[in-house]
Amino acid sequence: MDDVRPLIGIVDTVGGPVDLEAYEAHGGYVAARQALATDPNDIIDLVSEANLRGRGGAGFGTGMKWGFTRGPATTPGGKYLVCNADEMEPGTFKDRYLLEYNPHLLVEGMIIAAHAIHAETAYVFLRGEYHDPYRELQKAIDDAYAKGYLGKRILGTDINLELRIHRSAGRYICGEETALLNALEGKRAQPRQKPPFPPASGAWGRPTIVNNVETLCNVPAIVRNGAEWYQDLGIGDDAGTKIYGVSGRVNNPGLWELPIGTTIREIIEGHAGGMRSGYRLRGLLPGGASTDFLVEEHLDLAMDYGTIQAAGSRMGTGTMILMDDSICPVNMCRNLEHFFAQESCGFCTPCREGLPWVEELLTDIEEGRGKEGDLELLDRNAMFIGGTTNTFCLHAPGAMEPLASALKYFRDDFEEHIRAGRCPYR
Amino acid sequence: MAEPALIQVLSDEEIREIEEECAHLPDRKSAAIDAMMIVQRHRGWVSDESLYAIGRLLGMSVENLDSIATFYNLIYRKPVGRHVVMVCDSVSCYVMGADGLRKAVEEYLGVGLGETTEDGRFTLLPIVCLGACDRAPTMMIDEELIGDATAEGFDEIFGRFD
Repeated sequence: MDDVRPLIGIVDTVGGPVDLEAYEAHGGYVAARQALATDPNDIIDLVSEANLRGRGGAGFGTGMKWGFTRGPATTPGGKYLVCNADEMEPGTFKDRYLLEYNPHLLVEGMIIAAHAIHAETAYVFLRGEYHDPYRELQKAIDDAYAKGYLGKRILGTDINLELRIHRSAGRYICGEETALLNALEGKRAQPRQKPPFPPASGAWGRPTIVNNVETLCNVPAIVRNGAEWYQDLGIGDDAGTKIYGVSGRVNNPGLWELPIGTTIREIIEGHAGGMRSGYRLRGLLPGGASTDFLVEEHLDLAMDYGTIQAAGSRMGTGTMILMDDSICPVNMCRNLEHFFAQESCGFCTPCREGLPWVEELLTDIEEGRGKEGDLELLDRNAMFIGGTTNTFCLHAPGAMEPLASALKYFRDDFEEHIRAGRCPYR
Repeated sequence: MAEPALIQVLSDEEIREIEEECAHLPDRKSAAIDAMMIVQRHRGWVSDESLYAIGRLLGMSVENLDSIATFYNLIYRKPVGRHVVMVCDSVSCYVMGADGLRKAVEEYLGVGLGETTEDGRFTLLPIVCLGACDRAPTMMIDEELIGDATAEGFDEIFGRFD
């Protein structure tokens, strides 16, 4: 009984947060029963065939990731499934909604995923500041235990799953999956050297699959309705729906579950109600703070992985941040680089030293102390710090994406700051 | 840090909660962050004495624990006020006027970022994106998220936290 919005359509039907009773009344946990009676490898193949791609931002094939650790654990201690619910990408608020309004969907997705990879222990790594989502998810987990969906011998099968929440103590870098695993182990959240990748050696050195909240929430409907149905939900090459979001000076900021591949214009004008009167759209970060700016010429592009990448950016988390004409692009970049400099874990030199230096240069330009040659310096640093082989993880390269694209699309603004010796927006 | 003579610094309730975490983890050290967060929920912050006691309970050096504590922004190694006020300074809120909101809060409370009001009621801190960007600008007081925050609402909002 799925409509075209398998993730959050039910929230509108129920008219608020979906509890266990309402979830079951609308087909909840049917997919889990089905999956537990299915061979785990067949579930992995189904998810691959459905073409589900990671919704945390990278877009990696979920079935392929699971396929890296097929079969029962061959080492002592078993395997782990970890849900990355450390939603900290600035401008992103989709996982909060899923956790608060439809937490059983995540629990069901995790039951299926854990069975597919033969994991008997699963964790939800949850942002420390997400207090309401914590309460809703913990309630859902407690109710699922009480009903026999979690714990020993789930629903009379010989399958076990323990599911626990780890509440994080902060830091953006925890979203990087190997840093997350260190944090889960109670350590400083510094990214690990790869390889080995988590499916080979993850939490406590055991095979571990890390998936985003929205990714796991897509799994039950795929099991229930099949790969073809799921593929048909998408408009272009990608499959399924996507929770898109818009923040900034629009009439109706918010989130919408739409076919993946909906155009940027449709999302902004059709759903977010267009720009507020008196404001003009100048640019947008399509999927969080670490994605390259897009501009007006890109509005008719489809929001899917391939199309946005071909335009020089990334779909990322799919929650876009709009920059209107009252916002100074230089100051917006300074805000972004302040965030990334602050959130560097401090391990690699280009990130630890380079990001604060970039922030300082942007501050100088914004405050009228810019000099000739500063933009060329920024260009060079965006290229050097942004090089994906110069640092241990992708934090610094991600930090350079909005800057490099701002230097391209809003270069006149940067030049005007230096020429005039002040910010023209003040 | 001088090691306190008193071994038993933690309450029975704190120890019970920490042991509950340990029981679900492959080793006791893995409960380090949970243990510090538990103590902080009971005491507001993590003192040197607490750190030593946690170290003893989990079999960890206090230096190792402190290196973890200082990595995470939600673990407080200094006393904070009865309530912690966090104002978002990330990009969506920036676009929607976060600078103005922060200044208004600073003026209202009479403290700057990182400071505590004289009566010990509020500590003001910056925070990264709170994940409520459709309601920007946002702030959080203790566990309560406040969206579309404006100075006009301050009397009512802050009045709820004594």
